[in-house]
Amino acid sequence: MKVILFFILSFISQSVHASTLDVCSTCTYMDIESAYSKCMVGDTMLIKHGEYKIENWIIDKAIIVKGESGAHLISASGDEIITVTSNDVTIEGLTFSGVTTNYLKENAAIRIRKSRRFLILDNKINDCFFAIYLEKAKQGSVINNLIDGDASSDAASGNGIHAWHCDKLKIINNEILHHRDGIYLEFVNNSDVDKNHSHLNNRYGLHYMFSNDDTYTENVIERNGVGVAVMFSRRITMKNNTFAYNWGHAAYGLLLKEIYDAEIIDNHFIENTVGIFVEGSNRINYLRNEFRRNGWAIKFSGGCDANVIKYNNFLYNSIDLVVSSKLSNNTFNDNYWSEYTGYDLDKDGVGDIPHYPVKLYSYIHQQVPESVVLMRSLFVDIINYAEKVSPVFTPKDVMDKTPKMKQL
Amino acid sequence: MLKILKYSFYEMIRSRWVFIYTGFYLLATIALLLLSNDLSKVLISMTNITLILTPLIGILFGTIYYYNSKEFIQLLMAQALSRWSIFSGMYAGMVIALCLSILLGIGLPFVFYGIMVSPDLPIFLLLITMGCALSIIFSLIAFLIAMKFDDKVKGLSISIFVWLFFAIVYDGIFLLLLLGLKDYPLDKLTISMLVLNPIDLSRILILMKLDMSAMMGYTGAVLSKFLGKETGIIVVSTSLLFWILLPLWRLFSIGQKKDL
Repeated sequence: MKVILFFILSFISQSVHASTLDVCSTCTYMDIESAYSKCMVGDTMLIKHGEYKIENWIIDKAIIVKGESGAHLISASGDEIITVTSNDVTIEGLTFSGVTTNYLKENAAIRIRKSRRFLILDNKINDCFFAIYLEKAKQGSVINNLIDGDASSDAASGNGIHAWHCDKLKIINNEILHHRDGIYLEFVNNSDVDKNHSHLNNRYGLHYMFSNDDTYTENVIERNGVGVAVMFSRRITMKNNTFAYNWGHAAYGLLLKEIYDAEIIDNHFIENTVGIFVEGSNRINYLRNEFRRNGWAIKFSGGCDANVIKYNNFLYNSIDLVVSSKLSNNTFNDNYWSEYTGYDLDKDGVGDIPHYPVKLYSYIHQQVPESVVLMRSLFVDIINYAEKVSPVFTPKDVMDKTPKMKQL
Repeated sequence: MLKILKYSFYEMIRSRWVFIYTGFYLLATIALLLLSNDLSKVLISMTNITLILTPLIGILFGTIYYYNSKEFIQLLMAQALSRWSIFSGMYAGMVIALCLSILLGIGLPFVFYGIMVSPDLPIFLLLITMGCALSIIFSLIAFLIAMKFDDKVKGLSISIFVWLFFAIVYDGIFLLLLLGLKDYPLDKLTISMLVLNPIDLSRILILMKLDMSAMMGYTGAVLSKFLGKETGIIVVSTSLLFWILLPLWRLFSIGQKKDL
């Protein structure tokens, strides 16, 4: 306890004595390097309006780097701009550009290496290979940044926010566009990704790999190659996100692969080719989501067990549900299906006959992908209707026994 | 021929049924446009309606119209007119009236809604063109059937069966073929089956334009590659032309020999 108190007190005393060092063409310090060499722990470096050519700036002291409006750091020869190796560093209000593609080093505008409690706030990062690279960093925040890349192909472009082997991160309110992956998290645990807007990225808007116990809420993920990909991760909570307009030959709103114990709650899936593509994922709760006008709302590939699909709205999707193999032990209950044609005689708001969401046509389409050319043909409507009246081919166990009569 | 065309056209536009037909399209389009603010969704719905209705109306109208004007045709035969000009004049007058109802019924509401400046204009033009093409093809087939069979009941039932075949049965056979041959590469079969049926061809052309190709996966990619290329356009127009020219030639040869 005494030790902690000592540290806190010493930190407070430092900040009390902290001074501000201005950097500009008419200030005491004309360039960043000379100002940084005079910086003490806890000091603030205020970079004023102007363009500064700098690269491989290693920050190994706990300082605050602040930019006034128009403070623009340009990588001198395309190498990395800032590498932070100290704890408690803040980088705020700067504009970065000029980091070029390098296939040997993953060059980034800001790299945090093995440090804790960093804060990256209100920066603009334009046309950089990687924008923010967090490497074995912990307890830090990335807030309010605007990250605009110039991704051309998958191989020649980097990620907007790239985190590797991190813990307890907060990535909040950033806008990321034109990168390979908007936000990429690999081996990142206990982290929050909230209120970000990730759009127009080449590959994924948000990408989890081997990451556990993470939460992402209220993000808007639209017009990416694939909206969000969550792979090989456990206990991920996804709430209140919007997955929209991820439309193309291999586009998904949300891609789940080998996911266990996740919660997918209150999300909106709007006009994606495939709303959710699920492969080998168990014990997932899909609750209160809205699926509107997707090509496929949910596509289950093999090996999905013990999933609960409840209280969702399936509205005007071309195909609501596809299951490839026998789905065992999954429950579909209390959803609203705009396709449902049953009746409710006792007026309790629940349809009296069960709804079979897998249509014969989606079953045939699974067998022969070429049959897609018959979509919207009168014949297909007729066989769908016949199958609905008396299911023969479609799985009988995939049904909603208590379909809602009204949208939830 | 032009004079006969004029007569038959005036007779058609005075007919109650053409008004009902035009009115139905007008009502359906206006209702859909008012119900939904999204032009492309309305276009999808109108595509569904047009693809079922235009061939059906085309073929029924054609057959009935021929039977009804049989006496008029016999009267004209007594004049110094070539058979070719009589038949083609009658046919052209009727088909122009049908195409006009599509243009007015579907076209007018969309134009007033501002389709001319919207990005969906190519889809709209395609829809109108396909509607007219289907009318031309199916009313031509109807004339052929009516000329071949003097018995009204027989002619009408054959007309309905022909529509049923192209609109539904063909797709059933198509699907069975695809299912039966699923172990083989199916691209060429799929494309040729599509090209051979004017209704399927229209449907797929419009769907591809509506960006449904993304849902079609690999097949969609093959199709858009095929339909996007110059050969594809040539094949599509040849197929439609073939569906017009072949019945026209039959019409001519039957018309020359037919004993009225």
